[in-house]
Amino acid sequence: MSYNILLCGVGGQGTVLASKLLAAGAAKDKKVVHSAETIGMAQRGGPVTSHVRIGDDVYSPLIPKGCADLIIAFEPSEAARNIDYLKKDGAVIVNEVTINPVTQALSGEKYDGQEMLDFLSKKTSNLKVVNSNTLCEKFGSAKFFNVAVLGVALGAGYLDISKDAMIQAIECTVKKDFVDTNKEVFNHGIASV
Amino acid sequence: MASFLMKCILKCDIIVSCASHTDREELIVKKEYVMGNQAIAIGALAAGVNVATGYPGTPSSEIIDTIAAHNKDKNVHVEWSVNEKAAMEVAAGASFAGARCLVTMKMMGLNVASDALMSLAYVGVEGGLVVVVCDDPGPISSQTEQDTRLFGKYCRIPVFDPASVEEAFEMIKDAFEYSEKYHTPVIFRPTTRIDHAYAEIEYDEAVKPKEYAGFVKNSKRFVIFPRLSRMNHEMIEKRNPAIGDDFSSYKGNVATGKAGNKKAVLTGGVCYAYSKEYIQDRDDVTLVKVATPHPFPEKFILESLKGVEEVLVVEELYPYLEDELIFLAGKHHLNIKVLGKHTFDSPLAGECTPEDVAKRIECFINGTPYSEAAKDVAEENIKLPIRPPVLCAGCPHRASFYAVKQAMKGQKANFCGDIGCYTLGNAMPLDMVDTCLCMGAGITMAQGLFNTDPETVNFAFVGDSTFFASGMTGVANAIYNEADIILCVLDNSTTAMTGHQPHPGTGRNMMGDFVDKISIEKILLGMGVAKVERVNPLEHEKAVAVVKEMASIKGVKAILFESPCIAIVKSNKKMTVTDKCIGCKKCIREIGCPALSVGEDGKVKIDALTCTGCTLCAQVCPTDAIVNA
Repeated sequence: MSYNILLCGVGGQGTVLASKLLAAGAAKDKKVVHSAETIGMAQRGGPVTSHVRIGDDVYSPLIPKGCADLIIAFEPSEAARNIDYLKKDGAVIVNEVTINPVTQALSGEKYDGQEMLDFLSKKTSNLKVVNSNTLCEKFGSAKFFNVAVLGVALGAGYLDISKDAMIQAIECTVKKDFVDTNKEVFNHGIASV
Repeated sequence: MASFLMKCILKCDIIVSCASHTDREELIVKKEYVMGNQAIAIGALAAGVNVATGYPGTPSSEIIDTIAAHNKDKNVHVEWSVNEKAAMEVAAGASFAGARCLVTMKMMGLNVASDALMSLAYVGVEGGLVVVVCDDPGPISSQTEQDTRLFGKYCRIPVFDPASVEEAFEMIKDAFEYSEKYHTPVIFRPTTRIDHAYAEIEYDEAVKPKEYAGFVKNSKRFVIFPRLSRMNHEMIEKRNPAIGDDFSSYKGNVATGKAGNKKAVLTGGVCYAYSKEYIQDRDDVTLVKVATPHPFPEKFILESLKGVEEVLVVEELYPYLEDELIFLAGKHHLNIKVLGKHTFDSPLAGECTPEDVAKRIECFINGTPYSEAAKDVAEENIKLPIRPPVLCAGCPHRASFYAVKQAMKGQKANFCGDIGCYTLGNAMPLDMVDTCLCMGAGITMAQGLFNTDPETVNFAFVGDSTFFASGMTGVANAIYNEADIILCVLDNSTTAMTGHQPHPGTGRNMMGDFVDKISIEKILLGMGVAKVERVNPLEHEKAVAVVKEMASIKGVKAILFESPCIAIVKSNKKMTVTDKCIGCKKCIREIGCPALSVGEDGKVKIDALTCTGCTLCAQVCPTDAIVNA
């Protein structure tokens, strides 16, 4: 049996680092892990996904739709866009802070984040809403959300990876100067649950 | 220098690095969780590659980056060549001297390199020469959905098609072996989902590049002449069936399922991974994986399909395996029903997905009809915001396009675009890309438009890397043929779209050396353009004045819009909106920067996370409401 985590968001939000940390953490826990990233043109402000697959019966680098145990969404509309990936009774962690595409700023219409959250709660009973601004307030930048949200996932019991393994993953993945801060951010994420 | 190398290393994101020394001193086994492209690079190093060349292009770029990051001793010659043709020719020369050579590119790069490769296929190689051509089904970041397997067949050279990161790592070594065994260039063709997938590989870090003899002159062998071509053509046609037989026992060509199965799935590459994900260990359907699409391993296929009556072919891009199977069925009078793209049983275009492949195989096994409608469509749908890729906040290209747009207000003008981040200048509200065809085509197409309508002002936009790749010939062509065009070089000092690779204008190369920058301005002046002006596009008024001036001059003129990519020169400046904002939204309507939005109070808001303080919005604002934060 595999355990599948889909990370989704908007290019530039740091989903790639989050997926690397999950993969490294799973590997530290001696699990077989595969992952796949969106790289290229879509990274410029377009929707991005990272697929993390833990288990030894995995062949496809992409999670088949309907098979994600956990979706970690960095933006509410991106959670809605990818909800078909969620397995029945799967869990969703979603950041409620919206990013409006430039096209919408131009037309003046805005999409409603709350509408997305309502839609998500109809799709799963296992929905956890977080706010990147409040979660990362202490650290002065919402850029830390990618690591903080992994703490939230672990704290909420959604991750099939040990805390030690995740800490080790941060130590060997993140640039040296940022290891301590990121560990602090991660622990803060756990504590916030 | 050190910082550049460091950047390369960091970029490769070595995330699980558990080096352990074994009892053999020289062997350093390292386990690493890597991207497919990194696995290909490390596999090539493990094969003792001597020369690695390429031109950046998604999804292939990380291969050369990784080889450079591992090349601390400078034992390998690694380079970003100016384009794919140059890369292929450098490798051909080194191969003639016996060196093992790796050439990397995306599939459209092979169109550029094909002149060299086609002839090289006739001449043959000495040192192993593997051309890694990354296909992009979807397409996700490309202009076409061309299929390199078919290109390999056209060149009549072997093609390898890995189905996983782990297999790619092993297979690249085999590709070198086969290249040397048959003295032919070979193509290694992964697709995006292999290139950008990650898995753990284990390798010996201490491998040294292969020793080679050096060039031994032999004009009868290395000089292509009609007589040699005719002779070698015949040799190749006789050789290829033999390679097909050799491939029939290649370890990557695998069939599973029990004897007597009436149904089989024929597949390869990542589509094998999707098929296997669904089939797992069940044996009531035969699963045939082709790792060497050309020359087709006929014996292996005939053996695998013994007794099979119906085959579903699962593949992306063109119906390659399907055509080969239909050919084989005709050749051997096989009574096999072949389902695939020709019968509309496989998608005709775009990427395959694991769930769709599963559904199609399920229907095939059960004998039930597949229909799109049967797909699990979400019962309750919600309108999702459309999120097209856009130029980054603070991107200097936005300012360049805006300056030209403002200068040409009320005048008839055409805007020919090119390949790079700046293709995104087509998006609203800039709407400044009227044409985009292929690398370098903007310049020559602007000439073509001028030849049909000299009254319109014709602009060609080209990036610095694209200029070196294939822009210079177009400029020479335009000058020689008396065109009247304005060349806009959007010089951001990097190859941005593919991940910030250096090029001849940046002053550094992949050996980590500082080299003389080749000046685009001097090239243009040397060619004899009527006038060259350099301007910072973020100085809006000045930039507009330069464009207007150029539009009044005859001949080929060039404007160098110089401002570095925001991803390489980080700014800590920010803009902020004061009370003076009247909520007219002119900034949003005119430049469409993603850092700008409208707040609850109807006034413009600037996102502090993404703003780079480029000041373009402040220069557009009619009430001076935007200031430095």
